[in-house]
Amino acid sequence: MTEELAQTPSTAPARGPRKLIFETGSPESRCFEAPALDVPAGSLDDMLGGAGRTRAPRLPHVSETEIARHYTHLASMNFGVDSGSYPLGSCTMKYNPRLNEDACRLEGFAGMHPYQPPATAQGALELMVGLARTLGEISGLRAVTLQPAAGAHGELTALMVFRAYHVANGDARKRVVIPDAAHGTNPATVAMCGYEVTTIASDANGGVDLDALRAALDTDVAALMLTNPNTLGLFDPNIVEVCAAVHEVGALAYCDGANLNAIMGVTRPGDMGFDAMHINLHKTFATPHGGGGPGAGPVCVTEALAPFLPGPLPVREATGAFAWMTPEHSIGRVKAFAGNFGVLVRAYAYVLALGGDGLKAASEQAVLSANYLKEKLKGAYDLPYDRTCMHEFVLSGARQRKANGVRTLDIAKRLLDHGIHPPTIYFPLIVDEAIMIEPTETDSLEDLDRFAAAMLAIAREAAADPELMHGAPYTTPVRRLDEARAVKQPDLRWRPTQ
Amino acid sequence: MRFTSISCEQREAMLRTVGCADMDALFDSVPAAVRLSRPLDVPDGLTEFEADSRLRALARANAPATSLVSFAGAGCYDHHIPSIVDHVLRKPEFFTAYTPYQPEVSQGTLQNIYEFQTMICELTGMDVANASMYDGATALTEAALMAARVTKRHTVVVSAAVHPEWRQVLRTYADASVLEVREVASAGGVTDGAALAAALDDSVAAVLIASPNFFGALEDLGAIAEAAHAAGALFVVAANPVLLGVLEPPSAFGADIVVGEGQMLGNAMSFGGPGLGFFGAREAHLRQMPGRIVGRTVDVDGSMAFVLTMQTREQHIRREKATSNICSNHALNALAATVYLSALGVAGLESVGRSCVAKAHYLRAALLSTGRFASPWESAFANEFALSFDGDAVALRDALVERGFLAGVPVRELDPCAPAGLMLFAATEKRTKAEMDALADEVTSL
Ligand SMILES: Cc1ncc(COP(=O)(O)O)c(C=O)c1O
Repeated sequence: MTEELAQTPSTAPARGPRKLIFETGSPESRCFEAPALDVPAGSLDDMLGGAGRTRAPRLPHVSETEIARHYTHLASMNFGVDSGSYPLGSCTMKYNPRLNEDACRLEGFAGMHPYQPPATAQGALELMVGLARTLGEISGLRAVTLQPAAGAHGELTALMVFRAYHVANGDARKRVVIPDAAHGTNPATVAMCGYEVTTIASDANGGVDLDALRAALDTDVAALMLTNPNTLGLFDPNIVEVCAAVHEVGALAYCDGANLNAIMGVTRPGDMGFDAMHINLHKTFATPHGGGGPGAGPVCVTEALAPFLPGPLPVREATGAFAWMTPEHSIGRVKAFAGNFGVLVRAYAYVLALGGDGLKAASEQAVLSANYLKEKLKGAYDLPYDRTCMHEFVLSGARQRKANGVRTLDIAKRLLDHGIHPPTIYFPLIVDEAIMIEPTETDSLEDLDRFAAAMLAIAREAAADPELMHGAPYTTPVRRLDEARAVKQPDLRWRPTQ
Repeated sequence: MRFTSISCEQREAMLRTVGCADMDALFDSVPAAVRLSRPLDVPDGLTEFEADSRLRALARANAPATSLVSFAGAGCYDHHIPSIVDHVLRKPEFFTAYTPYQPEVSQGTLQNIYEFQTMICELTGMDVANASMYDGATALTEAALMAARVTKRHTVVVSAAVHPEWRQVLRTYADASVLEVREVASAGGVTDGAALAAALDDSVAAVLIASPNFFGALEDLGAIAEAAHAAGALFVVAANPVLLGVLEPPSAFGADIVVGEGQMLGNAMSFGGPGLGFFGAREAHLRQMPGRIVGRTVDVDGSMAFVLTMQTREQHIRREKATSNICSNHALNALAATVYLSALGVAGLESVGRSCVAKAHYLRAALLSTGRFASPWESAFANEFALSFDGDAVALRDALVERGFLAGVPVRELDPCAPAGLMLFAATEKRTKAEMDALADEVTSL
């Protein structure tokens, strides 16, 4: 390794032999003790109508100490936003404020049962109404459901609302138009909603190709699904024309709100002509990603679509009391209970802390930071779309591959040796060897410069020592994995014989 | 309170680097016509102290079930959560991480998911499990969609004794897809066998049953499995995982897919979310499963390592041909479930199950002894049961809130066709004999 590489590892090295929780402890190890039963025990199998368990499940036998050490060990092999820069494009890995974590655990929130009478849930409902109102204002789409559990769930909810709207107009439509730069959840959602996908190519500037769009549009089209700013990190300058063209054929325009962090307080999807959008609270509103979830994907729609939203919705009644209300032509529920309330509390805490000005400032800084990195890196890497970007931008590793056989995957893995989480790679699909970089506003200038320096060092290294790049990472708890073996010899659960 | 550390000076320098005169210039690609020309109508930001005060005031405006003596269940249960669970969840390496797409720095998350998958397999008796779904309702719906793919049939039969909100979710999804839903009535608190038989034919992809069902009653899973399989349909069972320490796993009765809500495994009720959905299936159907799956493999040095696998099922690879559109799932809630099950162990899980069952049976007897309730049926049950009150269940529930009890869930609030007096009661291991006696006394004195 060259000197530049002798960096502190991104994560602490694993301590001791690595074991599964099932291989930890001993049969006598205990963490939990049940209080003595204060009612007659009865015959369990009789009470259960003969359906009593005959063979116990194999669960771990561990003490509390062993649990604490096991998960501390696991945590030491993980990288989170707190570990270092996490410029994962399309994911908005901003800092997760700790007040939000405390707030959602307050007993007055965490201890709420979903079927409490509204009289005992006024604070929870008020919070939900307040959050919905804020999201309506930020999106410019006033009617909001907080029920969807994630972005993809929000997409599906919105398309179901679109379908119901078209059906109510006696207008069965068949297709949904999606640009080729779209996230995979968009086409997958379209299929789940019983529509066909029509993919259109992006134009030379990375925006919607208006001619291709117009050619794809007819009265069979139910909707356009568009991420704006798009997955190249570019704001579509023709957005008004795009939405107008969609409306001209009676179709509806959907905004995938994954990139809302670029535009809060600057411009609003509702004002652009979108009829609906989802918002990933786990991106824009700083709720933690949790190693894959939970998130929340509220959906904001126009007044015309409001009657179709899933219910019930939290509302403030004329009396000032908060209550539940189901819209007249509701598509029904998309989730049990009231949505991911614990995530909603965190997002509301974030809104309270930042306020309207703070939200706009966050977006501005996110965009400035992305452009700053773009300027620093565009000499060393290809930049297929060289325009002012929004909160993220997409480089290409094509130059490194052609010149040295170093792939974007190698670049990503090498970043791990610098203690930096790699950007999103190989997405969007329309960029060869894509490297999608989203620094977020919560990284300091020092963080940004450190990331830029690492990327530049890697570009030099790619030319000087491609072999070294293929072997990276070297300093992580494990090194490159045999992913083919995982597929060919599936080992998806522990068994005691192993 | 803002979470940026970049100073005004630094910002000016950065603007110079990018060649923009001011922040506005960064947004030149946004047409003037759609620029927001006024500040957002969102109140000014607060300091941490002020925001905390405001949030605490909102929390205080609730009377959470945990501050009452609660017998409310209906899919969300107030079990004791060992302290260690939240201490693990609060480790930033877990909760601030993204989906483990970079396995070299995500082994903590990945190994935990592998352990979670194992525990779900052990509890349900299934061969394989995924990394989690949003909740029990969406897991059940995804199971219906998967069964349709596996059997190439488009009708699913669902028992009316499945949670009303879960059936609503199923119907919402079905309305927007090719899926057709046939609902089979319940009789005596369980799925009506004759009605089920009548609903089955060779167009049926799956029979969807919950046991315990919405009314708390245990279904005759063996008989239903036989009927489903005879019609060539898959048998999908929704189970309560915390009871699977004492209940025979659905696999023993021939279930092909086992799903459920996993909130009760170490997750706060939190007004109903986030909990988690779990999803287990037979190995033969692995490639039709929705959601993420983690596998064990080795790294280039031969060390044990874990990785997301079987990804050709998923949206980021297969797009419109994916088995589901799910991307983010409920990984952190699955971590809570894994820590919870580790803390309890077999003995703990069994004792919690025993305690819930014994207490629910005691509670039912105590409530019946008040003379105000009648038993609508005599089906076997575990931790939850339904009784018919001789008045309005909503009024009863509200009156008891005044006295410090969240007595249960009036069924009519969830199912408008239910009788006005029908009410669900659940007991967890947290409830004491004294509390149950006190509830009965309050009912008597009303
Ligand atoms: C552009 C885009 N759309 C949709 C999604 C899906 O969001 P979720 O993971 O919350 O379902 C993502 C997530 O990464 C995304 O980047």
